[in-house]
Amino acid sequence: MARMTLSDKLAILSDAARYDASCASSGTARRDSRDGKGLGSTEGSGICHAYAPDGRCISLLKILMTNFCIYDCAYCINRVSSHVQRARFSPDEVVQLTIEFYRRNYIEGLFLSSGIIRSPDATMSDMVQIAKRLREGENFRGYIHLKTIPDAAPELIEQAGFYADRLSINVELPTDNSVKAYAPEKNPVTIRKAMGDVKSRKEVAAEKSYTGKRGKRFAPAGQSTQMIVGADGSTDATILGQSTRLYGAYQLRRVYYSAFSPIPDATAQLPLIKPPLVREHRLYQADWLLRFYGFGVDEITAARPDGNLDLELDPKLAWALQNRALFPVDVNRASKDMLLRVPGFGTRTVGRILSTRKHRGLRYGDLLQMGAPVKKAQPFIIARDWTPGALTDSANLRARFAPPPQQLSLL
Amino acid sequence: MYTVPLPRIGTDLAWRDAAKRLIGAAIPPQDVLWDFGSEMGELFATATPLPPPSRRIKAPQSFIQMADTVVWHKDPQRFARLYAMLWRLRHETGLMQDRADQHLAKLRQMEKGVNRCKHKMKAFVRFRDLRQGGDRRSFAAWFEPTHHTVEPTAPFFARRFADMDWMIATPDVTAQFVDGNLSFHPGQPKPDLPEDGAEALWGIYFCNIFNPARVKIQAMTSEMPKKYWKNLPEAQHIHDLIAGAEAKMQKMQDAAPTIPPERAERIQKQLRQQKDDDQ
Ligand code: SF4
Repeated sequence: MARMTLSDKLAILSDAARYDASCASSGTARRDSRDGKGLGSTEGSGICHAYAPDGRCISLLKILMTNFCIYDCAYCINRVSSHVQRARFSPDEVVQLTIEFYRRNYIEGLFLSSGIIRSPDATMSDMVQIAKRLREGENFRGYIHLKTIPDAAPELIEQAGFYADRLSINVELPTDNSVKAYAPEKNPVTIRKAMGDVKSRKEVAAEKSYTGKRGKRFAPAGQSTQMIVGADGSTDATILGQSTRLYGAYQLRRVYYSAFSPIPDATAQLPLIKPPLVREHRLYQADWLLRFYGFGVDEITAARPDGNLDLELDPKLAWALQNRALFPVDVNRASKDMLLRVPGFGTRTVGRILSTRKHRGLRYGDLLQMGAPVKKAQPFIIARDWTPGALTDSANLRARFAPPPQQLSLL
Repeated sequence: MYTVPLPRIGTDLAWRDAAKRLIGAAIPPQDVLWDFGSEMGELFATATPLPPPSRRIKAPQSFIQMADTVVWHKDPQRFARLYAMLWRLRHETGLMQDRADQHLAKLRQMEKGVNRCKHKMKAFVRFRDLRQGGDRRSFAAWFEPTHHTVEPTAPFFARRFADMDWMIATPDVTAQFVDGNLSFHPGQPKPDLPEDGAEALWGIYFCNIFNPARVKIQAMTSEMPKKYWKNLPEAQHIHDLIAGAEAKMQKMQDAAPTIPPERAERIQKQLRQQKDDDQ
């Protein structure tokens, strides 16, 4: 076989990386290179440097070190039993690509993951070497995200956290049984243990010792994980329950949901459907409500008997329609918690309402003026000159919001 | 009547200085004309000197921050609007918290526009390697901002790309960073920048990180509006990616499951053996 060029490898190893949903580069320690001795900066929120036609943000150079893999996870294009073309970057190639892309302002940094070659330790150690060369050889101060291999030795995880801003370990599927069925070499217990390790190391790093010194730097942007949605039969209630446990137990920054998407050379084990993108979107919305709006999993998933979210309506609206007795709420008097439950009102709108109503009573037009999505909120609120009357309880309220039934097309 | 000339470079400081003097002398908004970049020409050039700087003028911190951003908006009315707001703030305390005030809402909207433009500039500037040799590498970019955002955004690039020299040329203002010093110069026509081989690699990355099974064009264009495409090397691929997506997806679905390659069985066997040995 002819030697592969850098372009060939880049094509194969970015193609293989696109199933990881995360491209975040936010929330790490602030750094810059004003001293002129290095390259790069991180300041609070990351930047999306481009968007692909799939609507996803491109913030990091997201690649696999290699797509050779000795494992056989059914949902994965790189599994040992697939015929996908294989490639492997040299450490130098990864370092140079990252630096040269960064200098041209294409990216915020690197997201490196890998198939498992030889052994988990050997693979993790190669990845750590790349991160080390970026930091120490190139004085790179941009963002680094390393996908961590659960079975790798603790020393390697420690080093990974020293060089990287974020670590992630994918739980892959919502239940232990699904992991066993579709990722036979992976062990859910080991995965959780690895996440627990990352959490406690991060806590140690944040503590000051008796000399007042901080611990060694460890993944300042925390850890995240990913779950594939739609490959197994788990319901949304199961998925969101799992997320809630993960957020709580391991202090994850994010749980990513990745709609299972057909891959080239798929196994017969899995459905070759269109990826359930709407479902993925609803899960992200629900996840948001759980973390920032004071909702519980039960509340959000109670609307439907099958434990899945309503695909036609956003989860807050679906909840409000089920709980109309709590509405309408008076924007001039309601508590912050209750305002946050009004469909359409986000944290920003609620902040504006609270600050403005100190000065005067709010009218419908005032809400419009401050950019609140009033159309959606209308049936659920009272303002000085607005009451929804019978609208709140009207039988066809749902129909106002649900998309019209799909037109039939010719067979 | 006062006519206040405001330069294209250093607009923020010039506006703030003039506003302080005028407010200090209680000059009402209708008596002030703001002339940005001498656009008004000779006709309005008056000789009335601005009032001298007077006692310390106070304004809410939130206004000062907003003004520092809004001055870079392209709307010719921005200075007058800001001054009118400052005028009202002399007596209307709490005005800055009133999110339902129309004039404030307009200024906030302009502020948002400038912030978005700054953000997009940080995202979409694309440098090319000038390959000049020497100790420091040097790069240059051509960019077309919507508002006058080069000056307030350049410090971001200085913090990030401090170990190299760079230039961001725009029709409005050009920023230059040489040996650690940032300077601003008048805008210019698009310069001829040398080809850069990295753009081809970046294009390959852009094409392959795209998942043809998830086309969402609207989500892309709302964040990366078409007006930016002509200066983004990766954007030339968008058309073909969208056109070919359906076929790629179909191919994946039609492909019958394959029989695993021979080596798979071998590797898996080893793996199982290892596991057994470990236990
Ligand atoms: S371990 Fe599983 S998910 Fe990871 S690359 Fe290998 S086959 Fe894919």
